[in-house]
Amino acid sequence: MAKTTPNHTQTVSGWAAHDSSGKITPYTFKRRENGGTDVTIKILYCGICHTDVHHAKDDWGITMYPVVPGHEITGVITKVGSDVEGFKDGDKVGVGCLAASCLDCEYCKTDQENYCEKLQFVYNGIFWDGSITYGGYSQMLVVDYRYVVHIPESLPMDAAAPLLCAGITVFSPLKDHGLVSTAGKRIGVVGLGGLGHMAVKFGKAFGHHVTVISTSPSKQAEAKERLGADDFIISTNPDQLQAAKRSLDFILDTVSADHALLPILELLKVNGTLFIVGAPDKPLQLPAFPLIFGKRSIKGGIIGGIKETQEMLDVCGKHNITCDIELIKADTINEAFQRLLKNDVRYRFVIDIANASPAT
Amino acid sequence: MASKPETEHPKQAFGWAARDTSGVLSPFKFSRRETGEKDVAFKVLFCGICHSDLHMAKNEWGSTTYPVVPGHEVAGEVTEVGSKVKNIKVGDRVGVGCMVGSCHSCQSCGEDLENYCSKMIQTYSSKNVDGTITYGGYSDTMVVDEHFIVRIPDALSLDAAAPLLCAGITVYSPMKHFGFDKPGLHIGVVGLGGLGHMAVKFAKAFGVKVTVVSTSPNKKKEAIERLGADSFVVSREQDQMKAVMGTFDGIIDTVSALHPLMPLLGLLKNNGKLVMVGAPEKPLEFPVFSLIVGRKTIGGSMIGGMKETQEMIDFAAKHGVKPDIEVVPVDYVNTAMERLVKADVKYRFVIDIGNTMKASS
Ligand SMILES: [Zn+2]
Ligand SMILES: [Zn+2]
Ligand SMILES: [Zn+2]
Ligand SMILES: [Zn+2]
Repeated sequence: MAKTTPNHTQTVSGWAAHDSSGKITPYTFKRRENGGTDVTIKILYCGICHTDVHHAKDDWGITMYPVVPGHEITGVITKVGSDVEGFKDGDKVGVGCLAASCLDCEYCKTDQENYCEKLQFVYNGIFWDGSITYGGYSQMLVVDYRYVVHIPESLPMDAAAPLLCAGITVFSPLKDHGLVSTAGKRIGVVGLGGLGHMAVKFGKAFGHHVTVISTSPSKQAEAKERLGADDFIISTNPDQLQAAKRSLDFILDTVSADHALLPILELLKVNGTLFIVGAPDKPLQLPAFPLIFGKRSIKGGIIGGIKETQEMLDVCGKHNITCDIELIKADTINEAFQRLLKNDVRYRFVIDIANASPAT
Repeated sequence: MASKPETEHPKQAFGWAARDTSGVLSPFKFSRRETGEKDVAFKVLFCGICHSDLHMAKNEWGSTTYPVVPGHEVAGEVTEVGSKVKNIKVGDRVGVGCMVGSCHSCQSCGEDLENYCSKMIQTYSSKNVDGTITYGGYSDTMVVDEHFIVRIPDALSLDAAAPLLCAGITVYSPMKHFGFDKPGLHIGVVGLGGLGHMAVKFAKAFGVKVTVVSTSPNKKKEAIERLGADSFVVSREQDQMKAVMGTFDGIIDTVSALHPLMPLLGLLKNNGKLVMVGAPEKPLEFPVFSLIVGRKTIGGSMIGGMKETQEMIDFAAKHGVKPDIEVVPVDYVNTAMERLVKADVKYRFVIDIGNTMKASS
């Protein structure tokens, strides 16, 4: 059970999984008082990330039940602590995966809180006061202001929610490789789901030639016509792979199922980088030759820092980039989980928290 | 296909070749082309023995054309230059590494990365533009396009310069490319053989802190006292590995045997990079999580471009970086190969071609 502390006095309605069935049911719990560096947020929308399903079902063996998932959160500030800087009542804000970090290590000091050793997530984490964190499948959130970002006025709050995890997860690698500020590169995106479709949108918005690499021929029309991808390669078609050898500067791999790296690496030019953001549970097989014979690199990364997340949102505001979403009611989260496991969503479910009735 | 090796070109040449997958080398008469207008002809004086020579002699990669004259760490003295050769003259001390040709028109060639040109011609057992097979440095003479000739500074002896042309550039290039040359960094060198010992020496010359990671505890004294490494970790000792977890900015992994990557990735700081230069034939087990949670990189690199190779040789001459070598006569080459298989050399065999290769038989 969650350890509660005396200052956890605010009653909140939310939705939680209670065991490894992963079934989500209404759940009433407590949040802390709004502290000096805290803001309180009335949650309007929360995206459903694959990670939420994994946690709900305890797929990784680390879940502390009951778990209130949700790390793609948008809402409005209703209370501001006395030491908070940069936020005021009524601000439209977002919260992503992070709820706490040490604020003192070399990574925290260089805006890479996401790589802090003491990093704690917004749900199923342990906050500074020892309490277990509960995420965005709830109507209200108390969070330290250093993990909060502003949502630009021009962005709809529902379609902006998935930017807080899916968006930053693909934006950070693009920025890491100078692909936000420089146009005209040839980039590949492996997998066309929640992460992949955001990568295509960013790639096109930043002026790149974008190739989608997918196992599903049926996604070709969608990728090109709706998302604006320039090329589409079916990853099981040897002729298409052969024709595209050494043609891409950068590839973002969003697939978390087991998959072969060799054909993907060979699509990279000399000096090219394969950036992996999907995390397969089991180790992949890494052939050394395509790395050595092409001075290629494989890199991995997890979400982004808070400053970078704000930058991403500002860029989205400027280019009008949002996630393609399907808005659902809070009482259909379980159906959404089922459909997500079958990849039956274009491309992200977002829970309409604002219009949900409080749990009884 | 090639015609008879002995008569396909006008100039007689002599070397040692392997004829079949036994890999046993024996005297071999062949021929070299006339010195073309852009060519440099030179008398071979020394040639290093690289692991690749062994693999190729035995056709372990399936790409060997027999007879094969190995050798891509070649140093010698110029005897003739073509009319359009600009920077080399007769009598110059020169070297040739792993390649003798490329397309000169692709993106890689344009960026001085001929080593990644898809039409790159290797120094031996590769096909020349005229269709003949290239023969390497286990031979008395070579004729090579000036573009692939490196000038060897006077400060470097030719025997010590030879292994720099493959082993040296193989570690120097990635250390520069991946930014491991900044003083104050902490770099790990995995494996202490021909490549590893060069990596330690270059790293010290760059002013970085070096830790050798090896399976052999008995190499510790050697690594620290003779090569100047700052510390030594036995990769099988969990306590020792644990003590240096998360402390390396970069790793040069020179091991070509199958080995686990996970413990090595754990030694890197966040944003750290592991670069493989030894090429395991089978895929390695690759735990993706260990990259993702620290924004880490796994890279690879193969030798270097010609411009960079010249830069490396000049750097080595200036900073006194040279390989530890054992100079052997050419008729010792088969024994040397056997010892190489057992890693019984510190750290590179170099054949004294100039004094011991005689075209007697
Ligand atoms: Zn997520
Ligand atoms: Zn920190
Ligand atoms: Zn070599
Ligand atoms: Zn080329």
